[in-house]
Amino acid sequence: MTDLIDLTLTQLVKKIKSKDISSKDITSIYIERSKSSKKLNTYVEETFDEALENSKRFDASPDFQKKLPGIPLAVKDLFCTKNVKTTASSKILENFVPTYESTVTQNLWNSGAILLGKLNCDEFAMGSSNETSHFGNVISPIDDNLVPGGSSGGSASALAAKLTPATIGTDTGGSIRQPASFTGTVGLKPTYGSCSRYGIVAFASSLDQAGPMTRDVEDCALLLEVISSFDPKDSTSIDFKRPHYYSELNKNIKGKKIGIPKEYRVEDMPDEIEKLWEKGKEYLKDCGAEIIDISLPHTNYALPAYYIVAPAEASSNLARYDGVKYGFRVEGENLIDMYEKTRSQGFGDEVKRRIMIGTYVLSSGYYDAYYLKAQKVRKLIKNDFDDAFNKVDAILTPSTPSSAFKVGEKTDDPVSMYLNDIFTVPVNLAGLPGISIPAGLDKNNYPLGLQLIGKPFDEQGILDIAYSMEEKINFKFKTNDWWIK
Amino acid sequence: MRKDEYLIEKNGNKYEVVIGLEVHAQVLSESKLFSNSATKFGSEPNTQVSLVDAAFPGMLPVINEYCIRQAIKTGIGLNAKINKKSIFDRKNYFYADLPQGYQISQYKNPIVGEGSVILDLLSGPKTIGIERLHLEQDAGKSIHDIDPGSTLVDLNRSGVALMEIVSKPDLRSPEEVNLYIKKLRSIMRYLGTCDGNMEEGSLRADVNVSVRKVGNDKLGTRCEIKNVNSIKFMQMAIEYEANRQAELLEEGGLVDQETRLFDTKKNQTRSMRSKEDAHDYRYFPDPDLLPLEFNDEFIENVKKEIPELPDQKKNRFIEKFKLSPYEATILVSDLETSKYFEKVIKNSDVKLSANWITGELFALLNEKNVEINKSPVSPENLSKLINLISDGTISGKIAKTVFVEMSNGNMDPKQIVIDKGLKQQSNPKELEKIIEKVISENPKNIEKYKSGKDKLFGFFVGEVMKASSGKANPKLVNDILKKKL
Amino acid sequence: MTIDLKTVKHISKLSRISIDDQKAKKLEKDLTAIFKWIEKLNQLNTDNVKPLTSIAETTLRFRKDQIISKNIREDVLKNSPKDNKDYFVVPKVVE
Repeated sequence: MTDLIDLTLTQLVKKIKSKDISSKDITSIYIERSKSSKKLNTYVEETFDEALENSKRFDASPDFQKKLPGIPLAVKDLFCTKNVKTTASSKILENFVPTYESTVTQNLWNSGAILLGKLNCDEFAMGSSNETSHFGNVISPIDDNLVPGGSSGGSASALAAKLTPATIGTDTGGSIRQPASFTGTVGLKPTYGSCSRYGIVAFASSLDQAGPMTRDVEDCALLLEVISSFDPKDSTSIDFKRPHYYSELNKNIKGKKIGIPKEYRVEDMPDEIEKLWEKGKEYLKDCGAEIIDISLPHTNYALPAYYIVAPAEASSNLARYDGVKYGFRVEGENLIDMYEKTRSQGFGDEVKRRIMIGTYVLSSGYYDAYYLKAQKVRKLIKNDFDDAFNKVDAILTPSTPSSAFKVGEKTDDPVSMYLNDIFTVPVNLAGLPGISIPAGLDKNNYPLGLQLIGKPFDEQGILDIAYSMEEKINFKFKTNDWWIK
Repeated sequence: MRKDEYLIEKNGNKYEVVIGLEVHAQVLSESKLFSNSATKFGSEPNTQVSLVDAAFPGMLPVINEYCIRQAIKTGIGLNAKINKKSIFDRKNYFYADLPQGYQISQYKNPIVGEGSVILDLLSGPKTIGIERLHLEQDAGKSIHDIDPGSTLVDLNRSGVALMEIVSKPDLRSPEEVNLYIKKLRSIMRYLGTCDGNMEEGSLRADVNVSVRKVGNDKLGTRCEIKNVNSIKFMQMAIEYEANRQAELLEEGGLVDQETRLFDTKKNQTRSMRSKEDAHDYRYFPDPDLLPLEFNDEFIENVKKEIPELPDQKKNRFIEKFKLSPYEATILVSDLETSKYFEKVIKNSDVKLSANWITGELFALLNEKNVEINKSPVSPENLSKLINLISDGTISGKIAKTVFVEMSNGNMDPKQIVIDKGLKQQSNPKELEKIIEKVISENPKNIEKYKSGKDKLFGFFVGEVMKASSGKANPKLVNDILKKKL
Repeated sequence: MTIDLKTVKHISKLSRISIDDQKAKKLEKDLTAIFKWIEKLNQLNTDNVKPLTSIAETTLRFRKDQIISKNIREDVLKNSPKDNKDYFVVPKVVE
């Protein structure tokens, strides 16, 4: 039965629909494999018993019209799940059980999917290596002691290790695409406003987007189709006509113009990434696309602007974790003492660091110099993309400036850690869709990804291009299950 | 004419008091500003709290259209500029009854800009400038006196829409503040945008007070007295604060710009926060919300719902009904009074109606301490009473007796007149009998009258009235007496 | 731009996060490094640039004035760290 674990999401859906396999069978397989993969530390909350019950319930009265019929899925622990502990991998929410469901996960269950459990991530999604989680580091199935990337590190690791057929993450500055790139999987951050933020623990409201993380592009299109919806409960959700991403997916990209931004050729970028990028261009040409050199002149300023905007919003979004209404509390002599102790002990170092950055850039006398300045830079970055999209249909870049690194390698140097998101952050700042697909291996045999950036709401466009490239790249990577005894 | 001037005198130096108000008016609406829970006053604690109001992770604000309309209406009532684009900002601070850790408010771009309110002072009208009106969320309530060891928090009020109406520093005395609050309240009650109920906290104010020597143009340093919830307390606080500041200046001291609290037990203001803990609200645009925009058509539609406002009504009463400005001002000052008046005059003499309402009715309401809409004498019955006077059925004096009867259970005045036999004596023959009796009983006074003491005519009228138990028709009595004498 | 110890302590106060001296020193170092890097933005002249206020190029959607959320007190208080069936409980506040 082990080969069942190798089925992609869309293959699995077909097998279930054709009754070749039951929901209970496949759910049990994923539960067993997840149970024997504790070493990766991907799960922070397991709902295996309920999942099994739900799969039996599905099999008893199956609805094969659903898009994810009886499919077991584990999701990032940033999505609030009704009656299932939701922690954002933070001590401050260690005992928090929501009485409500996020819109995105609700869409999954409405489509027939079954919750397997909640996946580890960086605390409040703040991190690029899944080393800031209160529940410990996540290990990549690629290699022992290797980070899976972050912040959706648990999701990427579980997906790559085949502990879930697909998953969803959230992406504020690259948190889906960077771990996808590090683990040889596909990750898509939709246009801002595509997926509802309702019920997702907020990091930076103007940047956060949920998105699919899958084994291939087809799966990605299917999962996006399920989770993307207009939601009146989110004032920033946008009511546009969403295509049937999966059924409309095609490889006809002839004549598409693909931009190559010269500013993404950064200093110290390893040769192998440069080469990978070149190869990507060749594949695109082979598919009939046209390669055009473009300029995104303010790229260099994106990261510093991001490290003003995101912490500023976070400092305010995380003010609600004060020990009063829910979560962890340390008693104090008075209200202020209680707040200070609760937040000091409830948040980890990286979260505290970002709250402090955010508080500082908004504080009296510094707002104009930092926050306002950053919002102006953000406008310039957006303008860069607008100009570029007058000339091209999509943009091709590397997903990350390097491949995955070892646990502990960058924890002492926050700036070098932040630099990991150099290619992904501009996409969040401009609210655009971006997808990372596996494109090759580095000298250590660690996966590397390429990123496609699209026009607002043109997820279909980048999915189609990714679909075409995927075929040419023909990325094959099989782990040896080293973590399973 | 009485003077409106209010000055503080210290050591022979006269100080002018400069006052500006920030009025917080609770918007009348079914549900809250950004959430769909109820706003009703006086419900069981925490029974009107949604997940948004309690700031659960991932919960998002969605704005209530009706609250926007209410703010626009109020803006129009204040003759103010309506801003078609405004921004919601977060005001960040920690407090037990502020679940989000920030209040959603409007900082730099409010929904309503400059406007004005006209006060009717003894010396004539005075215009008070309005700086702005903005929408914001109310906080919850901290309760300190139930549990001796802890403070309890009730979030029923959390998220209710408030309009903050900021005046220019144009007020000069406690009496002007009284008139200003009453005028604002009256306008909002006419509009139905705020019930103005100060006991329930739906209208409260922060009072900014400074003093300056008479003749000095420069504004003095002001103190802000927070959250005063009755006009009487506002006046007492201003009086105390103005004297405190003047004394301080006389002693050669300086006024500190600070926030103060009015202690209603000691009738004093006292400093509220130490400098060290000074607030830094770190305002920034709420990234969960988009800019608030509407077009002219939206405003025009709101305008259609605007009723006749106090100033317009007053002018109509003066022009159409020839009421004095004083009477008109009193009759329009309160929406319910004006409604009452307009009901009475539907079928009755206007001048008499105005007199009766401002005289007997007000005295009665005062004595019974009830609002006019709960008046023991209905407008219909008062109208009947006035008509009984007009058509000569009873005299004005008898009418007062009837009115007292009516007030004990809203009885029909016609019935009272019949039951008590109070109908005016208008039969000339009957009256002649009485008059002849009076003449025959007072021979000395007849002589005096005839010898030129004209003033004694009144004496005879009085005697006749007495003899008829007040029921004699005064006009007929006059006529007959003149003939007889 | 250096973020000195005094500033670190001030920000920690504003953030309601207590920090000991050792942590403060570490933060002084980290934040100084981060802000030195952030200062790259000053190379860019943005005098005539309008700041971006929201990335979704649309305006605020309105909701009807309807009560949908009824009494869910039990749900709302369920996760609170101090048990009380009616209220949230915090240390005594003296005003």
